[in-house]
Amino acid sequence: MLAAILYAIPFLMQGLLTTIVVSLLVVVLSTAIGGLMGIGLVYGPAPVRWLVRGFSDIVRGIPILVLIFFIYYGLPIAGLNLQPFSAAVLALTVFKSAQVIENVRGAIGSIPRGQMDAGKAVGLTFAQRLAYVIAPQAIRRFLPPWINGVTDAVKGSALVSLLGVTDLMHAMQQVIGRTYNALPLYVLGAIIYFVINYGLSALSRMLERRFSYIRE
Amino acid sequence: MSVLDPSSGTPLLRIRGLEKAYGQVTVLRGVDLDVAKGEVVTVIGPSGGGKTTLLRCVNFLETYDKGSIRIDGEEVGYQDGPRRAMRSERDLARMRAETGMVFQMFNLFPHLTAAENVMLGLVKVRRKPKAEARAIAEHWLRRVGLAEKLDRLPSELSGGQQQRVGIARAVAMDPKILLLDEITSALDPELVGEVLDVVLQLASEGMTMLVVTHEIGFARDVSNRVVFMADGLIAAAGPPRELFGGAIEVERLRAFLSRFGARV
Ligand SMILES: Nc1ncnc2c1ncn2[C@@H]1O[C@H](COP(=O)(O)OP(=O)(O)OP(=O)(O)O)[C@@H](O)[C@H]1O
Ligand SMILES: [Mg+2]
Repeated sequence: MLAAILYAIPFLMQGLLTTIVVSLLVVVLSTAIGGLMGIGLVYGPAPVRWLVRGFSDIVRGIPILVLIFFIYYGLPIAGLNLQPFSAAVLALTVFKSAQVIENVRGAIGSIPRGQMDAGKAVGLTFAQRLAYVIAPQAIRRFLPPWINGVTDAVKGSALVSLLGVTDLMHAMQQVIGRTYNALPLYVLGAIIYFVINYGLSALSRMLERRFSYIRE
Repeated sequence: MSVLDPSSGTPLLRIRGLEKAYGQVTVLRGVDLDVAKGEVVTVIGPSGGGKTTLLRCVNFLETYDKGSIRIDGEEVGYQDGPRRAMRSERDLARMRAETGMVFQMFNLFPHLTAAENVMLGLVKVRRKPKAEARAIAEHWLRRVGLAEKLDRLPSELSGGQQQRVGIARAVAMDPKILLLDEITSALDPELVGEVLDVVLQLASEGMTMLVVTHEIGFARDVSNRVVFMADGLIAAAGPPRELFGGAIEVERLRAFLSRFGARV
């Protein structure tokens, strides 16, 4: 068993790297895109709100697996050919952006209206109100569900193996294919995923404490 | 009946024919009101009469449909000219910085200390260096009796203390006019006095103010002029002695004041 694990480790590390890169890309892109769209949903003019609402509802109504296959096999029909890696990252980003939109909406919605009024009365512009009044208060409510979503993204990144991208999950399957010794590999893989996500949860609790300055 | 103050030349705040509706509900139906520099005008009247809406329009926290609001000759919220176009965000912010507002529910920034609440506008809007902003914040917080609470968060302050921070935050910006909307009505009765004392002090120093209040006694003490507002219109106006002394024959005013009989 130990020998099997030692044999597997270099392959798994290679896969782990891909998993981490995919997760990072998805988290960074979806936070930026979902963050902007979330602000559009809360403060934008009606057409922007409808568009964002429609996007979010549709995406959240589709299983992630369907979304991945749709983007990989469906978009080429529309003339857009993506590499498996790009298609996988795009699908996961779209999926995660929809979650971030709802995280942002929930976080901003929890702030009393009077905060925006007070910011206006002092003479802050919209961008300044967002930066100095709304964001510092919203971040506390935004973080816990967002970090949950990050762990989802790490777990969800395993789905890229379905398109043949060699992430941690795919590397495990390849090693199993060679050694016919599944159990130790799955145990090892589970441990690696667990360590990453446990680390993220711990980070989340730390950040929550860091931002707990508002007592209600 | 004229509600205009004949003594002043061009008033600091000049409101003409102000109309505002929320959907089907008309809230302001043509309000005319002038406030001269250094004058304290109090607005009283029954609930739902449009007092809050009037103040919010002056600070352009609400858009308005018809009429004009001018501060120092400059139209609030809309560009000058025949086409009624909203000012740019930057322009709106600049104009709002010229009017101070204190809110019924304080609306302090909960993530900032008392001093930081006062400093935010000074640093981000007035572009003052941190140290200078801090000095101004300390000055005003001392003036409202909070020298000991500079670095406390709002959640660590009593209601009366929070509202005094709210006043300091507004006056520190050196506004042309201060708008106060029932600033004591969310306070326990024993905390009302400490807040009203601060306002009386500011009034005696010549701060121009438009004050909405249900404290009739305070209105009598602080105002140069009292305006009675009902159903979106100014139904009566005059010096406090006339308005509260029964010299003005307006049935709604009489009915309104009779509820405060003991306090007038
Ligand atoms: N955001 C809003 N949307 C719809 N209607 C509103 C809104 N704000 C105020 N109103 C309505 O406008 C009318 C005037 O409200 P306003 O708050 O200006 O009255 P007020 O004189 O300040 O009353 P109070 O003494 O109770 O504070 C009320 O009928 C109120 O229901
Ligand atoms: Mg009101």
